[in-house]
Amino acid sequence: MKKEQCIELAHGAGGKSSRKLIEQVILAECKNPLLEPLADAAIIEWDKTRFALTTDSYVVSPLAFPGGSIGELAVNGTVNDLAVSGAKPLVILSSWILEAGLSMEVFQREVKAMARAAKASSVIIAGGDTKVVEHGKGDGLYITTTGYGLVEPGVNLGPHRVEVGDKILLSGPIGDHGITVLLARGEIELEATLKTDSRPLWPMIEPMIRLEPAAIKWMRDPTRGGLASVLNELAHDIGFGIMIEEELIPIRQEVRGACEILGLDPLHIASEGQFVAVVDQKKAVDFQKLLNDTPGGEEARIIGVISDKPSGKVVALSEYGGSRMVDMLIGDPLPRIC
Amino acid sequence: MQYVDEFRDSRLIKKTIEMIQQLADPTVHYRIMEVCGGHTFSIYRFGLHDLIPSNVELIHGPGCPVCVLPMGRIDEGLRIAEDPKVILTAFGDMMRVPGQTGSPLVLKAKGRDIRMVYSPLDSLKLAKEHPKKEVVFFAIGFETTAPATALTLLKAQEWGIKNFSVFCNHVLILPAIRAILDSPDMRLDGFIGPGHVSTVIGCRPYAFVAQNYKKPIVISGFEPLDILESILRILRQLKEKKSEVENQYGRVVLWEGNRTALKLLERVFELRSYFEWRGLGFIAQSALKIKKEFSYWDAELRFGTQGITLTDPKAAQCGEVLKGVLKPYQCKLFGRSCNPEHPVGALMVSSEGACAAYFHHVYQKTEV
Repeated sequence: MKKEQCIELAHGAGGKSSRKLIEQVILAECKNPLLEPLADAAIIEWDKTRFALTTDSYVVSPLAFPGGSIGELAVNGTVNDLAVSGAKPLVILSSWILEAGLSMEVFQREVKAMARAAKASSVIIAGGDTKVVEHGKGDGLYITTTGYGLVEPGVNLGPHRVEVGDKILLSGPIGDHGITVLLARGEIELEATLKTDSRPLWPMIEPMIRLEPAAIKWMRDPTRGGLASVLNELAHDIGFGIMIEEELIPIRQEVRGACEILGLDPLHIASEGQFVAVVDQKKAVDFQKLLNDTPGGEEARIIGVISDKPSGKVVALSEYGGSRMVDMLIGDPLPRIC
Repeated sequence: MQYVDEFRDSRLIKKTIEMIQQLADPTVHYRIMEVCGGHTFSIYRFGLHDLIPSNVELIHGPGCPVCVLPMGRIDEGLRIAEDPKVILTAFGDMMRVPGQTGSPLVLKAKGRDIRMVYSPLDSLKLAKEHPKKEVVFFAIGFETTAPATALTLLKAQEWGIKNFSVFCNHVLILPAIRAILDSPDMRLDGFIGPGHVSTVIGCRPYAFVAQNYKKPIVISGFEPLDILESILRILRQLKEKKSEVENQYGRVVLWEGNRTALKLLERVFELRSYFEWRGLGFIAQSALKIKKEFSYWDAELRFGTQGITLTDPKAAQCGEVLKGVLKPYQCKLFGRSCNPEHPVGALMVSSEGACAAYFHHVYQKTEV
């Protein structure tokens, strides 16, 4: 019997399957120079002004979790996609898909969360849409947000600018969001005081741009698929290798502990309030110091370097001389049994 | 983290590697099998294969429960899930394992009610919450996970939960080790013994490896220092021409094992006459069957499984890799038609499978 191909949850997990779905189905049909870089935002030039346009959907379960909820996440996620494109976030459109039977109180709570997050990022909610689907057809609520921002002068980001010797800078501890949501689902009884790291990134990225925009070459936020997936996408795009030093990557004890117990790799776990940047090697230390002096960037570290080999792959080095290849996430992270 | 960080101490690791280098005779080629998939995972996860001398070859054994499950059993489990009344539950490892027409995840995507659980007791809770459904737990694993299944069956009986059953695929490690030792193409010098299984069965049952087959076996933990120390101890025994059972994982494993867990196994399970292992074929008395007293909760009886036997795709060389005859990258399908996204063989599925561990973590030898 022939295996019938269908959409699986893995296609939405941000790893290899997601990338293939986008490249082989969407890009194949809708190819154009704006879409082709598959970046977090499309950069559109209009009358000597460059603006960034991005969109994202939020389908998180549960709707609220320690430190945040879907309404706030929908704003932060989209303003961060603009921020890592080097654009100051300005305007958000929000589209809500509500399931009949959703409590009005929950809806109001999430709208308030969205408004609060927008205010914190100095963006306005300029429009949107609401639709209601039948009960049982939509997990409470889904949100799609579209963001618009202006690219700062002097910013030129993209894999084409990355060179051997450039340094990889990470803004802080990874995996807080993914593990927080996993634990909030209540499927496993682990106690941790962990919160989501969902937060706007522009307050940390803006000072870097002010310092020297040309020395920043590429940026991404490691959401679904985690740090491993964004670095693999970069390695694939640039054709160079990426060497990271495992002990330099900040990971909270609670995240490490949960990953050890469940057999997950923290490098595959989503963050919602961190970014990873490739910067000119001569400026890397200055950028790290600047971030360390900026609120929220205290734990920023240079975690690795762009190398000439192995071509297109990410390798993690241990402090005692071992090495391992870091692959993209395949499907959702699934815990091991023993 | 306590009990983790101490065993990743770079100074001690470097020192142990030096001791291994001093002890390993450069004129000898050592072949050491790590029985447990957890060890295979750690060896590649921490790059330990890079650090030891090249004449100390680590061979991956049959200790990944997902990897040794034959395709026929997977198809039987998936056939049960075709019933719209059934909620099939399984551990995360199982979700991507391919049957003939797809994995549990593929079937789930097509609308079957298949759910991942973290423990069999979660599956029993699900049965309580859905009294109109039939909840079936797809049980896999060695002696490590079998006691939890046994406990769940006892609870099902105690609580009188009628809409729950277990599709039992629990296997035993000792017959597998014996089958490997009896295999004519096998030349091994020693074993890194399974840590998790031994927390249940203890160290005593491995005596036949040392006494009858004259091979050293060191029960090992899973951190880098654990594994390196176990290699060191095996080399030391070989140098002194000894073959003994040693317990490196003493902080967790007791010589006599866990008596409570062993009693649970005895209470609920009996030995099957034969069970099919992927790559190793049928092995006598190598798996557990639910005892008659608990037959009400035996999914094989409730759903009338047929004992399907399916051969693996011809080109896949899972058996040879499982027995350590081939390295993962020497299989004809490795990295080509068999990869973690579309695994042909089960060794490419679980992170404990030798092929997946190799594919994910070893970059030098995977350029195919």
